[in-house]
Amino acid sequence: MENVYLPFEKPLVELSNRIQALKELPNSEDYKTEILRLEKTANRLKEQLYTNLTPYQKVQIARHIKRPYTLDYLKIWQAEFIELHGDRHYADDSAIIGGFATIDDKKLMLIGHQKGRTLQERTFRNFAMANPEGYRKALRLMKLAEKMRLPVLCMVDTPGAYPGIGAEERGQAEAIAVNLREMALIKVPIIISVIGEGGSGGALGIGVGNRILMLEHSIYSVISPEGCAAILFRDQAKVEDSANALKLTAQSLLKLGVIDEIIAEPLGGAHNDWQTTADNLKKSILKNLKHLSHLEGSVLSKQRIDKFLSMGEFSEPYL
Amino acid sequence: MANWFDSPGKPSIKTSTKADIPDGLWAKCDNCNEVFYQKVIEENLWTCPECKFHFRISSRQYMSFLLDEGKFTKEIGRTLIPKDPLEFIDTQPYPKRIGDMQKKTGINEACIAGEGSISGHPVIMSLLDFSCIGGSMGSVVGEKVARVFKRGIQNRCPVITVNASGGARMQEGILSLMQMAKTSAIAGVFAREGLIYISIFTDPTMAGVMASYASLGDIIISEPNALAGFAGPRVIKQTIREELPVGFQRAEFLQKHGFIDIISSRKNLRELLVKILSYVSIQ
Repeated sequence: MENVYLPFEKPLVELSNRIQALKELPNSEDYKTEILRLEKTANRLKEQLYTNLTPYQKVQIARHIKRPYTLDYLKIWQAEFIELHGDRHYADDSAIIGGFATIDDKKLMLIGHQKGRTLQERTFRNFAMANPEGYRKALRLMKLAEKMRLPVLCMVDTPGAYPGIGAEERGQAEAIAVNLREMALIKVPIIISVIGEGGSGGALGIGVGNRILMLEHSIYSVISPEGCAAILFRDQAKVEDSANALKLTAQSLLKLGVIDEIIAEPLGGAHNDWQTTADNLKKSILKNLKHLSHLEGSVLSKQRIDKFLSMGEFSEPYL
Repeated sequence: MANWFDSPGKPSIKTSTKADIPDGLWAKCDNCNEVFYQKVIEENLWTCPECKFHFRISSRQYMSFLLDEGKFTKEIGRTLIPKDPLEFIDTQPYPKRIGDMQKKTGINEACIAGEGSISGHPVIMSLLDFSCIGGSMGSVVGEKVARVFKRGIQNRCPVITVNASGGARMQEGILSLMQMAKTSAIAGVFAREGLIYISIFTDPTMAGVMASYASLGDIIISEPNALAGFAGPRVIKQTIREELPVGFQRAEFLQKHGFIDIISSRKNLRELLVKILSYVSIQ
């Protein structure tokens, strides 16, 4: 795949290209010190860029076409994956995948949004925007996991649930609502990891868990910054302002108490180093699974219910 | 999620301000343009006597004809007020938006909740006000709805929600989104207790409210022609670049697709609820 870079990464890419060009010279040995110097500068620049990202830059990284998707992680983890299809009512939704997975020695039910990279893949995956069938399949598999006493891992990466005529006809709202209700009650551990875009109800529809983890540069929001700019700022150009205002970064969400843990991405973001990202993610998932594994089903459900019941900020003065 | 706040040109009840007639005496139906005595419209429960159009009304107006004595016997979460956890500023700061709304509408928040009865049948109820930031669900609305279900469990009493909302409140960001999970989770606990929940859709019931507790009623009743759905029609139109079918996302469309039990005019609603509640033994 061609090298795709974000606007703010441009100076870094130019530097890398220069280093590459020097390295490819027949007499590159002569430029050894120069190359070393440039590499140092590049690393410093990378650090500078990636430790001071604005919320909108994070939005761009979260949507990066080279960012690893659910199936990429399974591949890197060399996980066994037995995919299960269909909601048993209407169709199989390829925007959400699910099935039995073994990560290291840990057996679980994996459910995740799946994006595509090529035009064909993206169309097939419907840009990871699920129809009601996707949410219903996800719930069917979670109930199966509950029956089999397997923990559930949900990987969240969607711009949102699909806004279409068919989706409305078949009850998009009902499908998501039922998931929110039923996921609260399920009696096995549920771990959520937001790996890219957490797009509103479409993300939350598989997002009710005991532990909610987020990759360092992923986002999670009630509405896209574009939508918010158009509706609240009444100016589609104000995407950056709206990304700031929405507090949609993992760091803000941790402060707001909505998520439990941030998983570090390598310098330069997940799209620049899949292996390290996948290692970090796996480590955190397995650690959290271990913490939850000794808890009884009813305790797990109660913990999840209490967790969400405590969300929200308001005041209640005595009058 | 929330994309219905500034829906343009929904017909609403309008009081004529012409100089030659006393203020508030006449009202015009924006749907059929007929002019009526304000009193006639009120007696008709804010529906048009001519074309049967249902005007958007306040939670107080709704309670006035639904509940015995027209009010709660005990309010739930009366003093709850919103905070500004995101320090959100769009075209104006969120606290100012709240303050202006409170001044304009005379209410604290988009939800009122309490205990009451309908023809002697005890109910716990929440109602939304579309006039308050589009009836949007932020932390206060979510908390009140959650308390309604909790009180329902405590009193072993049916819950009724009357909904009118554009969805989640964007100004409280992710916390608003989480209210969807919060209200649905507690609705699940309520259901597990074997208790009965009736959800009522009025125009509009959309997005974050529709994709959470509003859709979870054991019995779902809607006012005629109420818009109800997940994504706003404009968003869908932009996405698919097609004209939407006539009546799309209206109550009749939803009933045809199996998501609404009964479409009831506002005038028949109380009587219908009394009949249904008579099937629900005191739990």
